[in-house]
Order: sequence, then C-alpha cells, then structure tokens
Amino acid sequence: MNTSGGTRERKSDHIRYLLETEGDAIEANTLGFNEGRYESVADLEDYEALKSEARAIKEDAIERLPELIDELTETVEANGGTVYLADDAADANRYIREIADENDAERLVKSKSMTSEELEVNEALEADGVDVVETDLGEWVLQVADEAPSHLVAPAIHKSEDEIARLFNEQFEPDEPLETAEELTTFARDRLGELIVDADIGMTGANVITADSGSLMLVTSEGNARKTAVVPDTHVAVAGVEKIVPSVEDLAPFIELIGRSGTGQDITSYVSLLTPPVDSPVVDFDESDVALADRDDDREFHLVLIDNGRMAMREDDHLRETLYCIRCSACANTCGNFQSVGGHAFGGETYTGGIATGWEAGVHGQESAAAFNDLCTGCSRCVEACPVEIDIPWINTVVRDRINREGDDGRFEFVYDELVPDEEDTGSIDPQKRLFGNYETLAKLGSATAPVSNWLADLGPVRSVLERTVGIDRRRSLPAFERETLVDWFESRGPRVSAADAEREAVLYPDTYTNYIDVDRGKAAVRVLEAMDVHVRVPAVGESGRAPLSQGMIATADTKASRVYAGLAEHLDAGRDVVVIEPSDLAMFHSEYEKFLPETSFERLRDGSYEILEYVYGCLENGANGARLRTGDGGPDVAYHSHCQQRTLGVDRYTRAVFETLDYDVVESDVECCGMAGSFGYKQEYYELSMDVGDRLAEQFTAPEAQNRLVVASGTSCEDQLEDVLDRDAAHPVEVLDPRSRLH
Amino acid sequence: MSAESGSIRNRFEEALADLDVALTRTTPAAFESTLQEVVTEPVVGTPLPFEDVSLPEWVDDEPTPATLEAAMTSVTAASFGIADYGSVVLPSTSEGSEPVSLFPELHVPVLHERDLVADMPTAIERLGPELRDGGSAIVATGPSATADMGALVEGAHGPNAVHVVLLETGGDDE
Ligand code: SF4
Repeated sequence: MNTSGGTRERKSDHIRYLLETEGDAIEANTLGFNEGRYESVADLEDYEALKSEARAIKEDAIERLPELIDELTETVEANGGTVYLADDAADANRYIREIADENDAERLVKSKSMTSEELEVNEALEADGVDVVETDLGEWVLQVADEAPSHLVAPAIHKSEDEIARLFNEQFEPDEPLETAEELTTFARDRLGELIVDADIGMTGANVITADSGSLMLVTSEGNARKTAVVPDTHVAVAGVEKIVPSVEDLAPFIELIGRSGTGQDITSYVSLLTPPVDSPVVDFDESDVALADRDDDREFHLVLIDNGRMAMREDDHLRETLYCIRCSACANTCGNFQSVGGHAFGGETYTGGIATGWEAGVHGQESAAAFNDLCTGCSRCVEACPVEIDIPWINTVVRDRINREGDDGRFEFVYDELVPDEEDTGSIDPQKRLFGNYETLAKLGSATAPVSNWLADLGPVRSVLERTVGIDRRRSLPAFERETLVDWFESRGPRVSAADAEREAVLYPDTYTNYIDVDRGKAAVRVLEAMDVHVRVPAVGESGRAPLSQGMIATADTKASRVYAGLAEHLDAGRDVVVIEPSDLAMFHSEYEKFLPETSFERLRDGSYEILEYVYGCLENGANGARLRTGDGGPDVAYHSHCQQRTLGVDRYTRAVFETLDYDVVESDVECCGMAGSFGYKQEYYELSMDVGDRLAEQFTAPEAQNRLVVASGTSCEDQLEDVLDRDAAHPVEVLDPRSRLH
Repeated sequence: MSAESGSIRNRFEEALADLDVALTRTTPAAFESTLQEVVTEPVVGTPLPFEDVSLPEWVDDEPTPATLEAAMTSVTAASFGIADYGSVVLPSTSEGSEPVSLFPELHVPVLHERDLVADMPTAIERLGPELRDGGSAIVATGPSATADMGALVEGAHGPNAVHVVLLETGGDDE
C-alpha cells in the first residue's frame, strides 16, 4: 500500500487527536493492567509451564477442530440445545434474527462478546425492531455514547469517570446529577437490572467451550453474564469455532491465566461454567409470586458457532496461531504504542491491540489490518506476555509483507530502485518502507560520501524533500555517517590479543549502525573484549535482515539471513563465539532466523551467539579480571534502559549483573519500549506517537534520583530516542566499561 | 483433621483475607446463631444439601422473584471451595441457588471444611464429571465488581459483599 504525504498527514492528525483526547485514560489503565500482570503471574508456581500447557491444548484443539465441532454438536444436542455453524456474519445474523422472530422477542440483553461485535449482530436485530441492550457496564457506556470499544477486555477504557458522568447526566437527566464511579455504577445497575428481568432472550459469548460436556466458560466480574444467561428462558451463545477445547479438564490453565494476563487479576469474580440448557429456574417477573423451586421451565439454548474466515485461517501457516488467542488483552497492555493511543488507532473494524492484525486479516480481510498494522514496531514485549505463546510480531510482519505485495507494479522511479536493491517482488510497496528496509545500502552510501552526506542531510531543503517523498519527520535528527567503518578501522589496527595468548576467540558482529554510524561503540566493544583476554575479529558480515523485516519485506530478510550465516559459519565451525552489540540483531539470530535457516544452521548460530554484556558476564564468571575494565569506582552513576527485544530474550539481566559486579550505581527504567523502535520514530506519521511513548521513559530519567546520571541504553534506537527526548547524551553499556572511557 | 487439610484451610482463609472477604468458621451446632450475626434481613436462601445443618426457620427458602428482589441477603450452599484462590463453587440447581446467590446485596455461601480443595486443577477435575452429566457451576471469587465507570467499584450486577460461612468438619473426620 502506497502511503502518500496526504495520507500520512491524516494519519498523524488522527493519532494526535487520540493522544490528546483519550491518551491519558488509556495510559493510566493499560499501565495498571500491565503492572498487575507482572505481579499476578509472579505468584504462579510455574508460569512458563502453565503457558506451555495452554498453548499445547490450543494447538491440539485447532488441529482437531473439525472433529471437535462434530463432537460438540452431538453433545449440545444430546443436552437439549441446538448448534448452528454459521459460514459468515450474514449467515449467523440471519439465524439469530430467526430465533428472535420465533420467540416474538421485543428485547434481547447481551453480555460482552467481541465475536458478536464482529458480526454486528446488534444492528441486524435492531433493523428488525428488537431492542438490544448491552449489559456489561463498559459496553453499555459505549452503546449510550455510540462509540466503538477501544480495548478487548475493558471496552470503555478510553473514558474517564468525568466523561461518563457527563454522558449519563446529559442522556438520562437524573434527579441528582451523577458524579462518582459508585453513583454511576448504581445508576447503571438499576437501570439495566430492570431491562434484564424483562428481556425475552439473553445473548452471551463464550471464552472457551468444552466438546465433551457442551459447557461454556464465561469469564466476568460484574455478574451480568450470569444474569443474561439465566434470567430469560432463551439463551443464545455466539462463539468463534476456535473457542472449542476437547474437555472440561482443559479449562484449568485458561482459568488461571486469563485474568492474570489481561487485567492482572488472579481470577475474575465469576467464572461461569454453564452446560445449557441449565437447571436453574427462569427468573420471571411476570409470575413474580411463583416460587423459583416450583417452576418447570422448558429452556431454549442455541449455540451459534462462527466460521467467518476461521477455517481458512486454520489452513494458513502464518495466521493459524491467531486462533490460539484467548483475547486476554495482554498484548495490548504491554505494548508501548497501545499504551499511548489505545484501540481507536491500534485496531481494525472489530479487534484491537497486537493480535488484532491477525484477527482482522482473517475475519475482515487485509484492508482492515492495513490501517493499523504499522503500529506494531516488532518490539516483541507482547510475546512473553501472551498466555498461549503466540509470536504476535511475526503475524504482524507476515501481514505487512502481504499488504506490501498487494496492488499494482511499476510505481517506482528508476533512481529509487537503484537505492533499494531488495529481493521484493513488489506490488505497491511504500517507498518509505523500501527506504528503511534497505537501510544498509543507504548507510554504505552515506559512509562512503561522508562528511558530505551528513552536511547534505542537515540542509533544510533536503529534509523537506525527505519528509515529502518518504515521510522522514524533519523534527528528528538524522544519524551522522562515519567515513571509516568499524570493519575498516579494525582491519588497519589489527587485534591486540593474539590468538595464541587468548582465553577465547570471538567474532564481533558489525551491525549496520555500529559499522557505519556509531563506530565508537564498536571500538569500545573491541577494547572491552580484549581487556578480557579475548582474541577479536571483525569480519565484513552484512546486515542481519532486521531492517527489511521490520518493513514487512520477508524475502529480502530471508536472503540477508543466508548471507549472514554464510559469513559466520566458518567462525562457528572454528569454535569462535559470535558477539553482538545490537539486541535487535541478536533477536534475529535467536528467534526470526528459525524461519529463514535450516534447523541445524539456526541452532548453531543461536547457541554460538551472545549479547555483548552477556559475553562480558560470562568472561567475568570464568575468571577474567574485572579490574581491567572501568568500574563504578571511577565511572559514572548510571540511568539504564534495557532494550525491548533484549528483555524478551531474557539477556538484560547480564547487563544488570555486570554493572553490579563492577560496583556501578544504577537506576533502571521499567518502561516496555522507548518508542523509537528502529525506523518507526523517524516516520512523519508516527513522530508524535513515538515521542509520547518516549515521554514515559523521559519521565523516569528526569526524576530526581535519575536526572544527574549518565543515560545508558543497549539499543541504537533507544539511545537515539533518549537523546531526542532528554536532550542528554546516551551511551551503550560497553562504552561505559571501556577502559579508555571518559563518559560521565 | 490431617495436617494437610489444615494447611488447605489456612490457604483458603489467607486468600479470602487478601480479597477482603469475610469468613466465619462455625460448628453445625452454632450455625444458626452465626448466621444471625452475619445476615441483614430480609434473608432468602435455598435448602442446604448437608446432613448436619439446615437453613433456620427465619430464612425464606422458597423465594419467588418478588421476595428475591426484596431480599438483602441470600444464603446458599457452595459445593466446594478452592484454597489457592479463595473461590467458592456455586452449583446450578432446580431450586435456583445460582440466581438466588446473585441478586441480593450480600451473599453468604456455606460450605464444609472437608470440601476445600487445594488448587484450580483439582477443582476442575472434580467438576469434570458433573459438567459432563449436564451440571453447571459458577466459580465465584469475592463480590461482583467493575472498573468500567472510571474506578473500581464493588457491587455491579451481583452482590457487593460476600461472607463465607465455613462449617467445621465434625464426627468421623475429626
Ligand atoms: S494474542 Fe495472546 S496476549 Fe494477545 S489477546 Fe490473544 S491471548 Fe492475549
């Protein structure tokens, strides 16, 4: 999809509007949920094992889905209910309207269900004159306000108490104006309570359905789902086919994980396990003096299972994982960009947050996913938060790649093609994406022509052309290229620890940024390694493929992966360790390369490559002399931000440990992502969002205990972002440890 | 009582304390007087399926929609409790104990100490056969709550308070 200047501006206007209007409420709520998640999962005895168990159940269930649908249908029918398997939204809505019609339904009450939003069943029923009432308080607020949900679990998360009070006071004109959350809740409960007891049909969704018993699991806190399912005599449940698991016993891990992962509650107030038609008597206020126990109800139950693209997703090797999603919202709450803008920007027709790309592409089509897919920066913080271990960034990358390939050919200028020698069989891939995807070529060119390229890049007219043509925001400072690359420097300097004297041999991977731009941190890394008695080599190995991958250019990334492996294989064979400075490149070696390289190649590189501070930690543990590095004694006090992907890989702890061993005084940020995320922060349409995310980090580092410290970050982007938001210099940890360092 | 069930009870009590949910431990003999202290009139309930205790006379155990709506307190049996979470498992019965437990402001679940299980997998294992037999149940933990109005409020569509009455296991189990 080709993003023109006009589209970019509209997008950035929309984001700015949301940042101003909804940003504060979204931020407060998502940060609360996210923090709650960390606390709540920490109480679990074996969180990782529980996630793997949940994952295995879903994998098996989706694999056996056709068989489970048949089993469930038989079970529900034997229980006395009916099952309807709807091909798509229109089919489902037609069936539900028929039920309403047969029951002469005047009112249908609903508990919260994203699947019903996907169907837009409210509109369908309302067209027939049925009064549809949302009973989840958040959904009801939105129904009254005529707005769309901004979050999978807490749909009205973008609205503050004051706004809701204003809305209710205007709409309902209560005798006493409503003010507090308590008053608003009481008002809503009373009003909805009356509507529920008078309803003809109750509609619920289902979080999970068990094939062996025909039971629905409904996870709620308010109690409205309980009333909705049991008070009226007719119950309609709508659920995607992917909600089915084989047996009741499979429910336990989902019960334990869903609340913790989503809102940080160990468990929600009510987990309903209903096997409809249920034994409970109908609560019928038309017969308000008949004892419940004396009733003899003939309850009606319809389970409407929705395909709507899901069976095709199941056949799609990349989208299939989406079907494991239990819609807990963890991927949204943990996402730096979501924390700033919420689901009204970070979402499609129905679904919001990280995994929404998969859902929207699967049920509504790529068009809907394309509108917000770019907001995933691939920071990967959601991966460890997901209770079913979905590689959400990968789904987003695949969909981005598919969007790139859509549309017509030949929209590119010849000159531009020269600059972007990628492997993409491009349809209408955005020039901005091609530029960032081919960053290595740009860096090579910039370095070869430095310093002229740097002067040029600083010129006002050049910046305005860059902004107009490829959307690089002119408020961002551009990186300055070095004439002498790290590889060249090392080649003329040579190693200072000979292989014969060395404790170990290592290959320092010259990532694009270190090689062409921040050559100093590469030199510092060489000196640190040599101080640990490591024989160092810096071979001319190319870009890892991270840059094209982040733009959804999978073919180019794949080719780069093969080239990098070819360049490193000999060293691995010789038993040399591969040491990586840039965490996003290490993450390629440790995760994404699994998709690009043969299994043994992937495993060899993964097992033989280390983040630089992880490597220093290993050297120190194995007897290297830490006193040969700069220690906290003469060194500065540090304010440290670890890198998002470094944290997901679990290697951030080594930087912490090395600083501790060497007696540094460190305060650390706990924000998930700096907001720069490679090229993201350079893009004109996302500049403000990126700065908003960065502000959370800036806030922590301008606090009294951090404001006078040296700012240290493990990632290139994080360093750039910190320099921009703080107006202070930032350094990589290895530059702090460099024996020659003078940083303060 | 075995050491193990003692520790399960402690875990259950601690979990409820964390949730700020009141719990009173009592004997079958003292059940009526305990209940009297806990409830607010009017009180409705459904018959308790226990041999050693039953609902006192003054509890309306055949509620109608009208009396249910007017009640301040409901007293119903829980099939069992889950120590790790402070949850009580409320069965759906033809007497209506599920909706009865939901409408009034205060819900008093009554359960036997011997019916406490340690953790969620054990609880779900116990529910498996019941659900396959067509049964339904609610795993209820604390009062109903919402954060949808801009701040956490207890008491949304369900009770705003829960007071668990735990019956000491007498006789053979002692
Ligand atoms: S993808 Fe994972 S984290 Fe995101 S909503 Fe689904 S289950 Fe939760």
